[in-house]
Amino acid sequence: MAKLTAGMGTSHVPGLGAAIDNGKTHEAYWKSLFEGLEPLRNWHKANTPDVNIIVYNDHATEFSLDSYSTFTVGVGESFRPADEGWGPRQVPEMQGHPEFAWHLIESVMADEFDLAVNASMDLDHGFTVPLSVAYGQPSEWPTAVVPVCVNVIQHPLPTALRCYKLGQAIGTAIESYPDDITVGIWGTGGLSHQLGGERVGVVNPEFDQLFLDNLTKDPLANTRLSHTDFMREAGCEGVEMIMWNVMRGALGDNVEEIFRLYHIPVSATAFGAIILENK
Amino acid sequence: MERDYDKIPGTYPLDSRTYRKGYHVNMFLMSLNKAACRDKFSKNERAYLDTFKMTEEQKLAVIERRYLDLLKLGANVYYAFKLVSFDRQPPQVMYGQMAEPRLTFNEFQQMMIEGGRPISGNRSVEEWNNG
Repeated sequence: MAKLTAGMGTSHVPGLGAAIDNGKTHEAYWKSLFEGLEPLRNWHKANTPDVNIIVYNDHATEFSLDSYSTFTVGVGESFRPADEGWGPRQVPEMQGHPEFAWHLIESVMADEFDLAVNASMDLDHGFTVPLSVAYGQPSEWPTAVVPVCVNVIQHPLPTALRCYKLGQAIGTAIESYPDDITVGIWGTGGLSHQLGGERVGVVNPEFDQLFLDNLTKDPLANTRLSHTDFMREAGCEGVEMIMWNVMRGALGDNVEEIFRLYHIPVSATAFGAIILENK
Repeated sequence: MERDYDKIPGTYPLDSRTYRKGYHVNMFLMSLNKAACRDKFSKNERAYLDTFKMTEEQKLAVIERRYLDLLKLGANVYYAFKLVSFDRQPPQVMYGQMAEPRLTFNEFQQMMIEGGRPISGNRSVEEWNNG
């Protein structure tokens, strides 16, 4: 039987990817952040699952006003890094896991979630930056991936509770997969940030730290926040944090927080990362 | 129809109102994901913009790189990134231009290094009007 071993939450700021790709991680602006990420990277080296389910959002790359589903699961054999306007990131292609992805879709849809299915979506920084945060610059990524894209851009968005419940359904799907594989799940995006308008640059460490505390101790508290709560307290784009609820919902009631990093700034963003082991 | 998040100051979420107002300008911005479209735009910005059903106001805001005006005219910031990237500029240039008060790249960068814009006093339109 498949086993969900752990969840990670991490911001997915494009600047992080650019810093890694261009060898800038030792520069003054980035140094303390990347030093702080060393234990996270060491944990990933010692705890590499067979497949990572990565919950991310597409930033007007593959999906746009023309078509943007609430939840989309990628069933491709492989996925390319996307051209977001400056050419694709020079990172390895990502290998999918169609068999597991289809099992997940069948199980989650039986649990009343209506998913879109996509075989050819290119993956933007929302997906590739977390891989670089965790695994650095390998010649190929160490795990297969199942992309789960959540619409957190174009309102109406799924609620924070809906995201948590989707995670619970994903957890059920993992438990019923017959092969003996290990699985990780990542929630990405956030933490507090606002990228547009006169209020650009707003961040809220108190809100972010409480959200992180609740992930471990009281995850349902994070499901009671409205989109307006997130947008007001954590910035317009801080609403991405609902994707961390998907990750947390998949894990069991008891988790152990074994890593946390919080750092301001990365670009216009409060960076956060957390690792939660399933108990 | 009003939304409860309309009370958040200086904030432009992509909802059904901006979706409809900004559909064509956002689809122009989206097209810059494709190298062939970037080539056409770089050869003649005006001629390329004229292939989209955008308003004259939206076209001029694009040509003059007035990012805050673009948001007010329906563009979404994730789509606007494509134009900043086209210009090979860091996003902080756009952020600073939209900020109140307006900031240069270095000023915006410094504000973030010093801990960012505080949430206190920035939660509601009322706070801004009274501030």
